[in-house]
This record gives sequence, structure tokens and C-alpha cells, in this order.
Amino acid sequence: MTKRAKPEPVQVVKERRDAALKAIVHGVPYIQFLGIEFERRGDELTAVLPFDEKLIGNPMLPAIHGGVTAAFLEVAAIIELSWSLIWEEMESGRLDPKTLDPNHLPRLPKTIDFTVDYLRTGLPRDAYARARVNRSGRRYASVHVEAWQDNRSRLFAQGTGHFLMPDRSDG
Amino acid sequence: MDNRKTAAARQFIEAIPHSRALGMVLDSLEDGVAVISMPYDPRFVGDPQTGVIHGGAVSALMDTCGGAAVMSHPTGVIGTATIDLRIDYMRPAKPGDRITARAECYHVTRAVAFVRATAHDADTSLPVATATGAFTLERAPARKGEGTA
Repeated sequence: MTKRAKPEPVQVVKERRDAALKAIVHGVPYIQFLGIEFERRGDELTAVLPFDEKLIGNPMLPAIHGGVTAAFLEVAAIIELSWSLIWEEMESGRLDPKTLDPNHLPRLPKTIDFTVDYLRTGLPRDAYARARVNRSGRRYASVHVEAWQDNRSRLFAQGTGHFLMPDRSDG
Repeated sequence: MDNRKTAAARQFIEAIPHSRALGMVLDSLEDGVAVISMPYDPRFVGDPQTGVIHGGAVSALMDTCGGAAVMSHPTGVIGTATIDLRIDYMRPAKPGDRITARAECYHVTRAVAFVRATAHDADTSLPVATATGAFTLERAPARKGEGTA
């Protein structure tokens, strides 16, 4: 009878996953410029955009710039897709997050197109977004993303993007 | 559009906090056509291995440019907001190059403006990205004796 492998200590698992997430998020200057952070529960990610003066597009209302909203959704979509690719590699042991730094990141998917629906004015407060990979093929992926502020059920924007998957040398 | 009006529009657009943060400059604005450019900046990079600007920064430029085009439409627009914007990315922008967007408000109804836009770097032969969008339209209330559009 084969002996079942002992589960990894919870801290080891958390450290590995958080290190991988940190590497792909903090390695991108534009994500840092906007101040976007990601919260993780297991493999579920929530993008958080803390409010800042420099995100304002209409000083009279005031409201978040439509371009910021578009960028926030696109960042949330790309990171979700990248994360889904890294997750399997990491959990199977093929990828060691310790080897990830800004110069040794896995290749990220490239945006082919991105469409944003503006549903409500972006208020001057924190915004949140969650993305869902609806189709992830060998070459193309389709990702939907929803963003809200105060109420999860009252979206202020949603988007859909198509992405070109990174080349994988191992075929 | 006369020079004084263009100067006022330039001041208005360059005073938007996020447009300032991205270093946007209004190059021209006339009768529903806007040209806005943005410098290359390492802080806007989306791919650290190639130094290519993030698509989100290009989206911000396209959105601002689209809104400016609507505001400059000759039918007396006093306010606009983006309803939807679709961006197609043709190729990566060359690291180091300034990105210039040109947006055209090609049709307006009473409440909606339709916009198409292109963005290019120093190589103007092939756009970096193209965009199409629909924007809301607010007009000044028509005075007596004037017909509505």
C-alpha cells in the first residue's frame, strides 16, 4: 500500500502563491503607476484600485477618468489570465516562484482587443474588479471582467477582451 | 475653431488630473476632430522585458481624445461621457516613441456621438491601435427661434 504524501504546511503553500502573484503584479510599472493591488483567496483574485487624485478625469463631478477605468479592467483581465496559466505550473512544481523577478517573468498574454461598457460614473473612491476566463485556448483567450465600487451588484463598468497567448517553448 | 477657443480647450484638457499625470498634450482640435499626444515614460510600461507601453495607457489616451472630439463638434456640445469604447491593438508601440491619437466624431444624433480613433508612434504608416466608441451628448438648451438638431 502506497503511503499518502503528507500535505504541505499551510505557510509554505501561502508563501509560494503570494510570491508568484507579487512577481507578476509588481513587475509591471504601469500597474504600480495606477496603484492597483490584488487580493487572493485561494486562486480567486480581486483587483483593487485605491482612489487617488491623479485618477480623476472630470474635476467638476469629480469622477474617475474613463481611461483609468479601461486600464483597470484590462489589467484585471490580463493578470487573471496570467495567474490561471501560472497556477497550474506552480502547483505542479514545474515553476518555482522564487525564480521570478521583473527580468524573469513568464511571458504575459498580449491584448488583441478590449471593449469597455461604462455603466455608471466612477466615483472618487476605491474600485474593485474580478475577471473570469471564459475561454482559454492554446493561442487565444476570451476574458470578461466586472468592476464595482460600493455595491457588488451595481457595476460601474464591465469589459471583454481577447488575448493572444504567450508562446510556450515546451509545446 | 479660432485660436482663443483652442487655447481654452487645451488648458481645459491639460488640467484634467489624469491627463496631466500621463503628460497628454492637445495638438489640435477642430470641428469634431481632436489630436492628442503623450510622451513615452518608463512608468507606463506594461511589459518590462520589452519596454512596451501598457495598453491601458493607450486606452486612456484614446478615451480622452474621443471625448475631446465630441466636445469640439460644431453643434454646441456642452458635455459628454463615454458609453462604450472598443480598442484593437495592431502592434506594440516602439519604446521611446511619443504616441499620438487622432479621434473623429463622425456622426451625432440628439443624444449620442459616434467616434473612431487611431493611435500611432513615430511610424505613421501602420497604427499602433484603432478604436471605436459611442459617447453621450449634452447640448445647450436651444434658444427660442432655433430648431433642434
